Amino acid sequence: MFGVKEHGLCSSLAAASTVLSLEFQHKLLIYLPITLFYTVRESYFRYINMFSSSGMAEETGMFKVHQTIGSVLCCKCGIPMQPNAANMCVKCLCSEVDITEGLLKRLVLVHCPECESYLQPPRSWVKLQLESKELLTFCLKKLHKNLNSSKARLIHAEFIWTEPHSRRIKVKVKVQKEVINGAILEQSYTVEYVQQEHMCESCSRVQANPDQWVAAVQLRQHVSHRRTFFYLEQLILKHGAAASAIRIKQMEQGIDFFFSNRSHGVKFVEFIGKVAPVRSRSDKQLVSHDPKSNNYNYKYTFSVEISPICREDIICLPPKVAVSLGNIGPIVICTKVTNSIALLDPFTLRHCFLDADQYWRTSFKSLLTSRQLVEYIVLDVEVVSSEVTIGGTKYHLADAQVARVSDFGKNDTIFSIRTHLGHLLNPGDYALGYDLYGANSNDMELDKYKGHIPEAILIKKSYEEKRQKKRGKPRSWKLKSLEMEVDDRRVDQDKMVSEYEQFLKDLEENPDMRFNISLYRNKEYQPSEMASVTDGDELPSVPLDELLADLDLSEAEDEEDNMTE
Amino acid sequence: MKLDDTKLVIWVKSAFYKESGLQFENNCEVGVFSKLTNAYCLVAIGGSENFYSAFESELADVIPVVKTSIGGTRIVGRLCVGNKNGLLLPHTTTDQELQHLRNSLPDQVVVQRIEERLSALGNCIACNDHVALTHTDLDKETEEMIADVLGVEVFRQTIAGNILVGSFCAFSNRGGLVHPHTSIEDLDELSTLLQVPLVAGTVNRGSEVIAAGMTVNDWTAFCGSDTTATELSVIESVFKLREAQPSAIVDEMRKSLVDTYV
Repeated sequence: MFGVKEHGLCSSLAAASTVLSLEFQHKLLIYLPITLFYTVRESYFRYINMFSSSGMAEETGMFKVHQTIGSVLCCKCGIPMQPNAANMCVKCLCSEVDITEGLLKRLVLVHCPECESYLQPPRSWVKLQLESKELLTFCLKKLHKNLNSSKARLIHAEFIWTEPHSRRIKVKVKVQKEVINGAILEQSYTVEYVQQEHMCESCSRVQANPDQWVAAVQLRQHVSHRRTFFYLEQLILKHGAAASAIRIKQMEQGIDFFFSNRSHGVKFVEFIGKVAPVRSRSDKQLVSHDPKSNNYNYKYTFSVEISPICREDIICLPPKVAVSLGNIGPIVICTKVTNSIALLDPFTLRHCFLDADQYWRTSFKSLLTSRQLVEYIVLDVEVVSSEVTIGGTKYHLADAQVARVSDFGKNDTIFSIRTHLGHLLNPGDYALGYDLYGANSNDMELDKYKGHIPEAILIKKSYEEKRQKKRGKPRSWKLKSLEMEVDDRRVDQDKMVSEYEQFLKDLEENPDMRFNISLYRNKEYQPSEMASVTDGDELPSVPLDELLADLDLSEAEDEEDNMTE
Repeated sequence: MKLDDTKLVIWVKSAFYKESGLQFENNCEVGVFSKLTNAYCLVAIGGSENFYSAFESELADVIPVVKTSIGGTRIVGRLCVGNKNGLLLPHTTTDQELQHLRNSLPDQVVVQRIEERLSALGNCIACNDHVALTHTDLDKETEEMIADVLGVEVFRQTIAGNILVGSFCAFSNRGGLVHPHTSIEDLDELSTLLQVPLVAGTVNRGSEVIAAGMTVNDWTAFCGSDTTATELSVIESVFKLREAQPSAIVDEMRKSLVDTYV
C-alpha cells in the first residue's frame, strides 16, 4: 500500500518536490545559523549538474536522462527531505552534533591603552585599529591552532560592532566541519575577545618619566654664527630626519637631539654625515643592569662636530694640505659645503674638494669668516681669461680696481686686485670682500707668505643698495622651522634675527642652496605694483614656481572661522 | 566509503535485529553476517550465540537456519547470493563449506560455486525470486549461471551511480529499499524492471549501505540495532511485513502491475 502510493506520488510531485526542497535549502542558508553541504561525490554535485552541465551534454549530442532528486525521510524525525550524506535533516543533525564544540569562544587580548597596540606573544606589540582588517587577522590567528586541532575550516569572519569602551571585540566566525559520512556542516558562532589593559613596556617607561631618552645627539659647530644650523634645520625638515626625536634643544654653538631609541639616534647621525663634513664619536653610560637576565640598560650619547669651515670663508691652507691638493692656494675660498668642502683658488680658478676624512686628518681653521666681509666699490674691471665653469657655477678671471666704501670720499686708497667674479662685476658695482690689507691676522701660515698676499679678495656682489628699498617688506616665501627648545637667557635675540635675515638673503641669491630645501608660499605676501618699476639689474629673488604650497589645516580652519564671523 | 569489489569487502559497523535490534559482536551490519531468503537462512559461524538464536527463534520452524563460513570468513552475506531456487558461492568457497551447505539446505535449492573475478557476489548481485540486478562488469558466464541457477531475469544496473548494486539495495518479492540518493527517474526504471514497489531510504540511523544494514525475505526483515523507528516504519511498509494475508499481497501485486502497464 505504502510503496505504490509513495511511488505514484513521487513521480507526480517530482518537480514540485525539487522546488520545495530548494526553497527549504535557501531558507536554511538565510535563517538558520547552520547549513548543510554534501560532499562532491553526493547529490550536491548532481544537483549542480542538473542546472549547469546538462547544457554541455546537449551540446555534445549525448542523451542524458533528466535526474530528479527524490526525497527520503529523515532517519531521526521522519520528515521528508532531500537526501544528504548523513541522511538526517539539518535540525536533527544539529541536535546530534555541535561542530563548535571544543572551539574557543572567549579569548583574552592584552591591549596597551596608551599606544593602542596589542601584545603579540611573547614580547612584541603591534599597533592595530579597531574594526581593521589587520586586527581581524590578528584575532583569527589566535583561533587558528584551535580550529586546526578540531579539524574545522574557517569560512568567514566579521566584526560585530561593540562600543570601544566595552573592551570587548566580538567576531562572528563561520566554520565548516565534516560530520557523519562526509556531510559538511556549516555553523557560525561568536567569539568574544576581552581586552585586558596592560601598558606596554615603552609606554610605561614614558609614563614613569616622559623626558626619558636613550640616545642623545649633540650636534656642534665651533663658529661664531649659526648659519650652518639654519641650513641644516631646513635639510632635516625636508628629509624628516628628526621625525623620531622626542626633544630638540638649541644649545650654544649647536643643537641637541634626543631620541627614545638608539637606532633612531644612529640613523640621525648617519643622515648628518651625508649632508655635512662631520666627525662623530659615541659613548654609552650604564643606567641599570640586571645580572640575572643579563640585561643592560644604557644611555647613548653621540657627539657630532661639524667642520668650522663655512661657505664664503677664506682659508690659508697649511702647506701640507696645499701640496697634497696639487699646490693649490695657499689662499682659497670655500665655495660650497656638503659632505665635502669645495675650495677655489680665486687667482687661478683652480678648485678641489676635501671630503670629511681628508679634512679631519689635517683640520684647519678659516682665516676670515663671512662676518668680516667689507664692502667695496668696483672702479674698473678688465677680464683676463675666458669663462670657466666650476661645479655648475661660472667664473671669469678679471683684474679689478676697487676701493673700500668706507674710504670713499675720505682718501684715495685704491686696490688693484685679481678676482674670480669678472662675469658679475661692472664698474660702479658694490662687492663684498675680505680686507686683507687692513686685517689684523694672527695666522701663522699667513705670516709665511707676507708680501705675496693680495690686499683684498672679493667674494660676492653686493645687493645692499637695492635691498634698502625693499627693507621691511615681507618676502613672497617662507620657511618652516623645527620645534626647538630655546634657553632665552643665553641667546642674543638680535644677533639671531640678523643672522637669520642674512641666511634668507643667501637663499635668495643662491639657487644652489635652495636646491636642497623646501620653500613655502607666504600667504600674507601681496606683490606691490612698485616692484615692477625696477632698473635693469634686478634684485635676485626666488621664482614663484619654486615655492611649495604649504598644507596647513589649522590655518585654513582659522580662515573659515574668520569668514563666518 | 570506497569499495574494492575485486576483494572481499568487509562492512564494519552494526549488527542485528529482527525489527528489534540485534548486534553481531557490537556491529550493526547484520546483512554482512547473514543471508536470508524465502527457503533458507545462512548465519556466520563463530559469532555470538545471541545473534544465531535471534534468527533461530524467528525462522527455525519455517526454514532451515544454517551456520556456515564462506572461504573461511564470516561475512557470508556479502560473499554469496541466493533465492529460494539456488545459492551461488564465490570461488573462494572451500569444498568442505560447499559440502556442508549442500547437506544443510533443502534439496530443491541448487548450490553452485562460480568462477567470478568479483568474488564478493553479495555486493555485486541483488536478487529476489524472479529478477536479479548485477554489477555492470560481471562475466557473461556468471550472468548465464545466475539466470540458470537462481531462475531469474538478469539486468546489469547501477543504483544512484553506484555499481555495487548488491550493497545499495535490498528487495524481496513484495518491495524494495534502495540508496537514498536514487533519483525519481531511477526509482521508476528499477521498479519497472523488478515489478515491485521501491522506495529510497536508509537503515542503521542514516546508513546508505542498505544491504549491509538489513536482510529481508517475503515475511521477515532483520535490521541493525541502530535503525531508528522512522526507518523501521519505512521498511515495514515497503516490504509489507505487517500484512500477513497472502491474498492482500496478490491484490497489491495486481494493482501495481495494472498501474505500470496502463
